[in-house]
Amino acid sequence: MSKYSIYFVLLALFIISWLANENFIQPNNLKNVANQISVGTILAFGQTILVISGMIDLSSGSVLALAGVLSVSTYVNTGSLLLSFVVAIIVSVTCNILNGLMITKFRTPPFIATLAMMTMARGAALLYTRGQNIYQIGDYIIFGQGSTFGIPNPIIFLIITLLVTAYLLKHTIFGRSIYAVGGNEEAANASGIDVNKTKMKAYIINGIFVGIAGIIFMSRVNGGMPNGAISYEFKALTATVIGGTSFTGGVGTAMGTLAGAFIVGFLDNIMVMVGVDSYLQQVVRGAIIALAVIYDIWAKTGKADKKLRSAE
Amino acid sequence: MDKDIKLRVKNISKSFPGVKALDNVSFAVKRGTVHAICGENGAGKSTLMKIINGIYKQDSGDILIDEKVVQINNPIQARSLGISMIFQELNYIPELTIEESLFVGNWPKGKYGNIDWKMIRKKTLELLEKEGLDYLPTIKLKDLSISDIQMLEILKAISYNSDVIIMDEPTSAITQKEVEVLFNKINGLKERGVSIIYISHKMDEIFRIADEITVFRDGIVVDSRNKDDYDMETVIAQMVGRKLDNSYPKENVEIGDKILEVNNLTSTGQFEDINFYLKEGEIVGFAGLMGSGRSEVMRALFGLDPYESGEIIINKKKTIIENTQDSIKNGMVMLSEDRRRFGIIPVRTVKENVSLSNLKRFIYGGRLHKDEEIQTVTEYCNKMNVKTPDIETIVEVLSGGNQQKVILAKWMVTNPDILILDEPTRGIDVGAKYEIYKLMVELAKEKKGLIMISSELPELIGMCDRIYVMAKGRIAGELDRENFSQKNIMLYATASSNEKEVEV
Repeated sequence: MSKYSIYFVLLALFIISWLANENFIQPNNLKNVANQISVGTILAFGQTILVISGMIDLSSGSVLALAGVLSVSTYVNTGSLLLSFVVAIIVSVTCNILNGLMITKFRTPPFIATLAMMTMARGAALLYTRGQNIYQIGDYIIFGQGSTFGIPNPIIFLIITLLVTAYLLKHTIFGRSIYAVGGNEEAANASGIDVNKTKMKAYIINGIFVGIAGIIFMSRVNGGMPNGAISYEFKALTATVIGGTSFTGGVGTAMGTLAGAFIVGFLDNIMVMVGVDSYLQQVVRGAIIALAVIYDIWAKTGKADKKLRSAE
Repeated sequence: MDKDIKLRVKNISKSFPGVKALDNVSFAVKRGTVHAICGENGAGKSTLMKIINGIYKQDSGDILIDEKVVQINNPIQARSLGISMIFQELNYIPELTIEESLFVGNWPKGKYGNIDWKMIRKKTLELLEKEGLDYLPTIKLKDLSISDIQMLEILKAISYNSDVIIMDEPTSAITQKEVEVLFNKINGLKERGVSIIYISHKMDEIFRIADEITVFRDGIVVDSRNKDDYDMETVIAQMVGRKLDNSYPKENVEIGDKILEVNNLTSTGQFEDINFYLKEGEIVGFAGLMGSGRSEVMRALFGLDPYESGEIIINKKKTIIENTQDSIKNGMVMLSEDRRRFGIIPVRTVKENVSLSNLKRFIYGGRLHKDEEIQTVTEYCNKMNVKTPDIETIVEVLSGGNQQKVILAKWMVTNPDILILDEPTRGIDVGAKYEIYKLMVELAKEKKGLIMISSELPELIGMCDRIYVMAKGRIAGELDRENFSQKNIMLYATASSNEKEVEV
């Protein structure tokens, strides 16, 4: 039961929102929420993989902006959607390989390494655009505003990244390795896991997700914004942590993170709908985050105690 | 000379969901005596100690100190009542220095409520000197060996001026020499009127140090007697509920070809010129005092630490081992002495821990083959006799012996040819020890080669075909079965390095 505690929080919030405002349950509104949380949630899947393996990415918002503006600029100059897509991924993966190298080769703590990258990537985005937004992006808006078979493209990307993350975590050697590395790095190494390779792969996958998020973000805001997505890394971490991923490493799931993202998304949505003061919204959002995590920890430790006792 | 009762436990019962851990348990510890508690893992010893230490609350029954009923709700209350506990699984903060760790939670305060570091330094030096230990107070715990840290835990309990000290397997991680130091200390404490509750699986120690012995089995007190009214066989028979016919199930196994040869392995400052070999079906022991370099050699051989020069030949092929992937690939695995640090992934399940070293076996063709994993893991867990509610249980909650079996099961899944076992029975109860010995014999019969490092000489003598003795980073001698004796091993182990160089 307690394994699913975060889903009960989500369900409770859903029902409360429904009772608070009947429009909440309208398909259009729900679609809207999913659309809005797509960018942050795709980042959150990358964070989930990193946090499970005992690491973090503070640079994802900035790298998103850098990859996004270079991608937009590529489209404006060449008119190729494919090329612009590829550029975003290459840029973002490169930044994340640098993160990974800092951490595995030079033994920098992930917090510090990605903090440095956060500043560098934002600077590079501003430098490249000289601080100017790139407008008139034409068909580039398809990524974030178009639909396929009636489903908005951001939601399709969201579903794909969710499935990829869940698959990686459950069905691959890489997935088992990151749980082991995050759970006990020395024991993972002594068990024959290549710890550095695992960490590097985690950053590369994070890089791909951040690149995709960059494309959707710029497309949704109708331009290449070098100052866009500031503090999105914390948005992503919020969803990750609410979703039950442990900051001490070794624990977390893709579905949990999705639930975490929806908790934040529904909360923001319903507060707007019932007209909560916008400053108060922020206070409430913070408080709910704290409550959700406290409930989750409480439910989990209760279970751990019981298991411990029955094993004695 | 009837001494008065310091601590009395009266009719204590404690249940956990599905298990009656303690059933109407009563016994008494006299002032200034050592009271040994024997029992297999799961017999209820630890649960009772945790109740006395305030970690658990009993369902019924009383704890009396000086014949007065006391309520103990947490370890801090226990400490204020004069009860300290030294845990078997040491929990320590690696980044703390010796002096910091001695006074954690008990800092002497200065004038302004600040921590009085000068006082800490002074007290630490006093304490270390009084107990005859020559550590620098500023050394970090991460730079100490397990035995050093255990010594410090004992120091800490002493520094609280406790009247009752519970020691849970205090000698599981320390050398013979340090055991003597500990026993001297225990005798000193007894003279000061301190009562010691001594939990151990080592019968010889219990019979040396205990005044009284209480035997637990399945949550009840089987018997409680004066030591002089007991003998070792009776205690063991009471513990296991049956008589163990033979404490070492050693069998003669046909010895085959050399599967491992190590030539001139050197890592300056750690060990030098290490030469030895291992044959199929052989159990080869490595003896030596702590710090003799036994574990360091094996860590380098397994790829956990680098070595500078020398050659490793596995199955007649010269093999370069740079990391653990190399050694596992070549069929060589190692059970580390520190299972919490190098053995288990505590937050993951038994299943994931067991399959970790050979994931290829279950993850192929682009997906995880769940049923195969469950089947294989269950099979190996049964073979190793892992006691766990199910294989989805988090490893953290299992007992030390069961965690050890989980790690062994993990290695068995890789089907190794060479097993390096570093203190495989440390802190494990008699029954589980016997299971591990039997398993070692089984593996030898399957033509695997085994290397066993142990600080317990009877175990090495009982189980091995040959023993190498290390001293000061070198192999000081090699003994065949006919020359096995504690005396011969100790002779080599304490040989000075000068003599050694002359001999070479």
